Amino acid sequence: MVNTARMLSLETPLAAERLRQRSDSSHPELWALLDQVMDPEIPALSIWQLGILQDVQCDGSVVEVTLTPTYSGCLAMHEISVFVQKSLAAMGFAEVNVVTRLNPPWTTDAMTREARARLREEGIAPPTPSSADEPLCCPRCDATAVTRISAFSGTACRAMYRCSHCHEVFDHFKAI
Amino acid sequence: MTVTSPDPLLVYVLRLGDDALVAGQRLSEWCSRAPILEEELALANVALDFLGRARLCYQFAASLPGAVFDEDGFAFRRDCREFTNHLIHELPCGDFAFTMTRQFVVDVLNVPFLEKLAVSAEPRLAAIGATCVKESLYHLRRSRDWMLRLGDGTAESHRRLQDAVTELWGYTPELFEQDTLERTLIEQGVAVDLAGIQPAWHSEVQNTFDRVGIKLPTLDWQVGGGRRGLHSEHLGHLLSELQFMQRAYPGLKW
Ligand SMILES: [Zn+2]
Repeated sequence: MVNTARMLSLETPLAAERLRQRSDSSHPELWALLDQVMDPEIPALSIWQLGILQDVQCDGSVVEVTLTPTYSGCLAMHEISVFVQKSLAAMGFAEVNVVTRLNPPWTTDAMTREARARLREEGIAPPTPSSADEPLCCPRCDATAVTRISAFSGTACRAMYRCSHCHEVFDHFKAI
Repeated sequence: MTVTSPDPLLVYVLRLGDDALVAGQRLSEWCSRAPILEEELALANVALDFLGRARLCYQFAASLPGAVFDEDGFAFRRDCREFTNHLIHELPCGDFAFTMTRQFVVDVLNVPFLEKLAVSAEPRLAAIGATCVKESLYHLRRSRDWMLRLGDGTAESHRRLQDAVTELWGYTPELFEQDTLERTLIEQGVAVDLAGIQPAWHSEVQNTFDRVGIKLPTLDWQVGGGRRGLHSEHLGHLLSELQFMQRAYPGLKW
């Protein structure tokens, strides 16, 4: 049996708050629908898992979706808005407003435990929660002896590291 | 003839947007020319952060009363005299040491500037500050690292760093100039008071260069005028490239 209380206690306070907000929503089907919208730059994560999906409100046939960009230079925001519109339109919601909210700014603490686990499966070292004192470790072999080789990788949100144990190069999703 | 003076908030947010746009455009010129692959990625990503910052400012500006352009219009349809960026941003990239030294002095300023902007009485400016300060913190880590690496590197990298500092120094006082428009906005709690930031900026720059034996030049010349639309000859060339498509095909859309 899954001990939900224990699982929640492993979430960051912000992720726990997001999970509560989602489970309290009167439109769980809309949140579930938006789970299909993946981040174009990290296709392993949905916009919910990444923590940029902030809110879904529905008034009659009008849906309002609130997103927070990861970085101000994030190129994916436009594409994500289009995906959100399309996936809701496919379910018959013709009027969808995508609202961008900057404040409070996005932080990797918004990611759920599940999202961190997904990143590891993809070979990306997940961001360390700001409240935890966890060392960065290699997503392949768990070694903590790692060296940063590049401050940025293919996207602004990642840096590149090398593992001193298995010698593999891997991306780290930076904690911000 | 009566000239209605533009909304001070509009002028202010365009200043911030112009700084970011011109800085981002210069950084993007490194694309495919960076010294190593890691720097290729870093320069392009930092450039994107600055372009994103410019977009946030221009979007806000476009929503203000008195705005005559939309977001794209502010970037593509104004001429040199209407741009109000600081001159330091429009200087050509020079060598890698020059680009990184400019980045460093700007990052050292941007971190406290954006922290203060994040508590502006104007909520939309505060939101821009809160979003962008995290990026600038990361930019600063990298640009400071490069100051130490170049300063402690070879005789040539040290010389190039010293040359860059010497050449850029006269452009730094302009970063802290404040006119009556900004002072009025400061009194309203909207704009950031740069006077409060300058001493810490100076000591951080000084400390970093002291660590690697780089001398800050005596300030025997300085230039300004960017906030009044008075620019070096370099901005026109930058804009001719940035704005080419919209100038050749007005209203062009992707
Ligand atoms: Zn390893």
